[in-house]
Amino acid sequence: MNNSGQIIHLKKEILVRIIKAFLSDNFERQARLIPYDMRPKGMEVPYRCCVYKERAIIKDRTIAGLGFPIEEDDETVSLADYAKQALERTQISDKNLTVLQTACKGCATNRIYVTDLCQGCVARPCQSTCKFGAISIINGRSVIDDSKCKKCQMCINACPYKAIAKISVPCEDSCPVGAIKKDETGFASIDYDKCINCGRCTAACPFGAVHERSQIIDILKAMKSDKKVIAMIAPSIAGQFPGNIYQLKTAIINSGFDDVYEVAQGADITAKTEAKEFTERMEEGQKFMTTSCCAGYNQLIKKHLSEIKPFVSDTKTPLYYTAEIVKKENPEAITVFVSPCVAKRAEGFENPNVDFVMNYEELGALFVAKKIQIMDLEESKYVVEASKQGRNFGYSGGVAESVKKSLKDEDSVKPCVINGLNKDSIKQLKKYATSGVCEGCNLVEVMCCEGGCIGGNATINNSKTAKKLIDNFTQNSEDISKI
Amino acid sequence: MEKITVRVCTGTTCFVMGGANLQELNETISEKYGDKVELTASNCLGLCSINWEYSKAPYVKVNEEVVSEATPEKVVEEIDRQLAKQ
Ligand code: SF4
Ligand code: SF4
Ligand code: FES
Repeated sequence: MNNSGQIIHLKKEILVRIIKAFLSDNFERQARLIPYDMRPKGMEVPYRCCVYKERAIIKDRTIAGLGFPIEEDDETVSLADYAKQALERTQISDKNLTVLQTACKGCATNRIYVTDLCQGCVARPCQSTCKFGAISIINGRSVIDDSKCKKCQMCINACPYKAIAKISVPCEDSCPVGAIKKDETGFASIDYDKCINCGRCTAACPFGAVHERSQIIDILKAMKSDKKVIAMIAPSIAGQFPGNIYQLKTAIINSGFDDVYEVAQGADITAKTEAKEFTERMEEGQKFMTTSCCAGYNQLIKKHLSEIKPFVSDTKTPLYYTAEIVKKENPEAITVFVSPCVAKRAEGFENPNVDFVMNYEELGALFVAKKIQIMDLEESKYVVEASKQGRNFGYSGGVAESVKKSLKDEDSVKPCVINGLNKDSIKQLKKYATSGVCEGCNLVEVMCCEGGCIGGNATINNSKTAKKLIDNFTQNSEDISKI
Repeated sequence: MEKITVRVCTGTTCFVMGGANLQELNETISEKYGDKVELTASNCLGLCSINWEYSKAPYVKVNEEVVSEATPEKVVEEIDRQLAKQ
């Protein structure tokens, strides 16, 4: 998470207000009033030029919170209408992100630019190094023709005065697969054929322009219906809130759910199945296998890295097994996965056993709206207690460790980790795939987010403390070999 | 010289609204002030329910002074202000 604290605060506040509006006796009216309640008449304006502009932007952010794409808003539809449409909709979208494009205006376009440091030197290495003839000398200074510049950056390295700079666009720079682009008009947009839902851009944009399209209204609606609504909480949640996960269960039930399952329960199945599969693959002579539980990685394989498919474990994700158990035990229930990241929205969308996905920020907002204090609550037990290793799935190294501990011969595995997908680690994976070997390692754990799920884009705690909290909690959990 | 007491709210509202970032105070405060300042974590200070409409969580109390929308920087500023008065 790199966004400034203020933007995170603002986004959460909007979620809380949306939930409060839903719980009030007039959702549509209260939704319409959100921008006015947050920026009342006469208030000093914290960020932008005037109160009207701020309200317009809060309205746009609220549209995302209600689950709609901001890009399609034509400004004639009121938040009351959006609220109404949210109540009426029966389907969610597979496009999980939306960009507040008005924010992009304040953000310079990606270009290579000659600064005042240019000395107009005689040698002109910039000009001779440019293969595209984009540099000419005007009034003794080097000038770049944007229409010819291919942004290869050769000139930047050539200039001995370091006079040439790259102006970068944070969202573009953060995206590992080139899926988000600021176009000629200056607006960023996401190409969903490429996007792996890693959530990097949501954290990278200094204006907080990239939003997750929330399903919170759909979930609140389900709670109001006469169906059971069951929360499935990801392992990484153990480091995210005050109190322990038993108090958290009580809190989740008090916030409107009927029951809670630990996805770590499914992680135990993943670990054991994957261990078996690992042994078989090694016996068949394969040189390495990669894990398959990370939703961002699975999207990467599907959209950009099909060559690695033969090396990827066929074992299903912890969420898959958990949701299967939950639906078997409660066929009528509505299931909600409580997630650290946006990538799991994509997995949830593709899995018929997962009805909705809610991230940690949204769960936190629900607690705030309902004034739930976790530390004050009694503990509730889980019907199935997960193992220590299953509960450690949410941080880098935890998955490989759980597979190792589930093997008959622990020494047969030499694990290594891809801790975060970026341009370099993707290249590395590509190399493993094409060569069929991974030097010194036979089990590659791949996690899209740095640090693992505790570094997910929608986490509340910082990953260092989150890891400590998880370790403190799981040291007393049962070993996977005993489960 | 009287010791300054800093109480960081770790109630759910404050934690969710950004209190998680205040954990770094643990290190900065002992480093910067030694035993002149005592830092404790507190359950809900009761401010979030009164003041929600202004949504100023997370809260920290430096002695009796409330720091709202608290950041580590703001808390250190308030401590310095009170130390200067002593
Ligand atoms: S970083 Fe990207 S999304 Fe954010 S304002 Fe700049 S162009 Fe828009
Ligand atoms: S979510 Fe990830 S893959 Fe998709 S546009 Fe953003 S940075 Fe790129
Ligand atoms: S949670 Fe901090 S004042 Fe209530």
